[in-house]
Amino acid sequence: MIDLSFHLPALQVLLPLIGAPLCFLIRKEALVRAFTLSVSVGCFFISLALLGRVIDGTVLVYEFGGWGRPFGIEYRVDILNALVLVIVSAMAAIVFSVGPGQTRRALPVGREYLFYSAALLCLTGLLGVSITGDVFNVFVFLEISSLSSYILISMGQNRRALMAAFSYLVMGTIGATFLLIGIGFLYQMTGTLNMVDMAERLQDVGQTRTILVALAFVVVGISTKLAVFPLHQWLPNAYSFAPPLVSAFLASTATKVAYYLLIRFCIGIFGFGLVFDQVGIQKLLLPLSIAAMFLGSIAAIYQTEFKRLLAYSSIAQIGYMTLGLSLASEAGVSAGLIHVFNHALMKGALFLVAACITWRLGGTDIAVMRGLGQRMPLTMAAMVVAGLALVGVPGTVGFVSKWALVSAALDQDMLFVAFLIMASSLLALVYVWKLVEVAYFGTAEPGVEKKDAPLRLLVPTWILAGASIYFGIFSGYAVDVANRAAAQIFGAGM
Amino acid sequence: MMKLAEELIAHWNYLAVIALMMIGLYIAISSGNLVKKVMGVNVFQASVILLYVSMGKVSGGTAPILIEGRTDVLYSNPIPHVLMLTAIVVGVASTAVGLALVVRVQEAYGTVEEDEIVKLDRDEDLRSMSGETN
Repeated sequence: MIDLSFHLPALQVLLPLIGAPLCFLIRKEALVRAFTLSVSVGCFFISLALLGRVIDGTVLVYEFGGWGRPFGIEYRVDILNALVLVIVSAMAAIVFSVGPGQTRRALPVGREYLFYSAALLCLTGLLGVSITGDVFNVFVFLEISSLSSYILISMGQNRRALMAAFSYLVMGTIGATFLLIGIGFLYQMTGTLNMVDMAERLQDVGQTRTILVALAFVVVGISTKLAVFPLHQWLPNAYSFAPPLVSAFLASTATKVAYYLLIRFCIGIFGFGLVFDQVGIQKLLLPLSIAAMFLGSIAAIYQTEFKRLLAYSSIAQIGYMTLGLSLASEAGVSAGLIHVFNHALMKGALFLVAACITWRLGGTDIAVMRGLGQRMPLTMAAMVVAGLALVGVPGTVGFVSKWALVSAALDQDMLFVAFLIMASSLLALVYVWKLVEVAYFGTAEPGVEKKDAPLRLLVPTWILAGASIYFGIFSGYAVDVANRAAAQIFGAGM
Repeated sequence: MMKLAEELIAHWNYLAVIALMMIGLYIAISSGNLVKKVMGVNVFQASVILLYVSMGKVSGGTAPILIEGRTDVLYSNPIPHVLMLTAIVVGVASTAVGLALVVRVQEAYGTVEEDEIVKLDRDEDLRSMSGETN
């Protein structure tokens, strides 16, 4: 009898990886949907079990085929990546429960299994990036998730989705190749691909030019995937032309995994001393984060399409996350991680609202949303809740992460930064209010009946909207996990 | 000056990598033709393969095969070479997805030139805007 609980780290990735080709065999839409849902729910329970095991500070190491380091590839689970695993698999379970009702126009009837197959592969890649303890493995899984997300994005209704996917492909491949170059230099200097070994040996190598060049390539490569401010060009088109479900999934997982990777490389592998004390990456990251917060929010205010507005808002929210990292303190990283969790909830809810509106009206132009508050009351109520969370109103998750960020900034005596966080929240209020005003105070076109989105869409939307209130009031658990994750990576390094 | 030249000649493999890398990146950024863009990215990835392969090469070294009774054989480091097998697969996969997208773009727009696609999109925007005001 195989002890399944011992193999949980491997199952976490293998489950969706094996599930993806099985979709091709099942083919029937309803069956594939149920199958995908059960796979992603399975992943979610595995990740919860993993988090439960590592929460006390133990590190789970799973050696593939019994080959330990330095020869084999190992999976390594600590609090930080267990948290990311939970976020990714939870969002997958919630979003995949809907099914591509909206993508049907792009996919011929009877070919929906292609959507599920690509979605499961994307999930595989994202989980793999988060769980692996081998830097080359990171690159391979990153490419698995990226390639399948290009496919998912190109399934959008509008033909512009194709160009959005193509530009993302060019940008994303260049970014991943940059990461590969950086890994190559790291291997050259350390002779290992294992993260723990690499971190140890880098201490002896010290600050050589090769290491600095490697750091530059790795940070730029990951930042492209993360859409840090000047490298964000691919994001607005990709999120606004992709099917709404795909946007909901990618916005709440893909950039989060990239953020995890940035923390893992900067603090875990290169080491806090090199990256922050000697190189001073925060001097670059801090202004870029603040620029992202303001320019992203200002751009969002001027958008006339709902999903595009959300995409620009995402760029601003990513600014908050990288701001947490650039505060160069344990509290800052913890605040960034809290925001990763919270932003996944609220952006996921908002993109699912976009999915509801698309289902009902066929498009998400803000102009057609006039008076929607009366016609789709439950959907719009979810939008208001998630929108308020985005602004950071007390009682919602947004407030928890803004509070953590502001207090982390004050800890570092950065009064001005704390002020800028507040000021940019006001910009978020402007674009959220714009939506609320159109939906509730605009006059509805006559002759359109009152009808909400189907339960299949409404339930996942409200799970996320409800969670963004629940975790706003009972914030203790999420904050505790984030604090422990930050403490662990600051304390033990890897 | 002589020293610099000597250094450059000693590291000629890196010069080749850098040249390929810049050619690839330049094509990917500057070219308006989507097929050429994909090829540019492909050249860019190929340069990294060259970087890894030359990194693992030991001059005078042979293939890393164990010969019984011999411990003095000089061999190249196989790991970077093996890694590049995976990277080649990744490169082929991303080229395939890229080209497949270009085929879909050709079907949807009737062209693979970026400026023409941008123009078609803008015309569509103008039409829909004038449609709204009417």
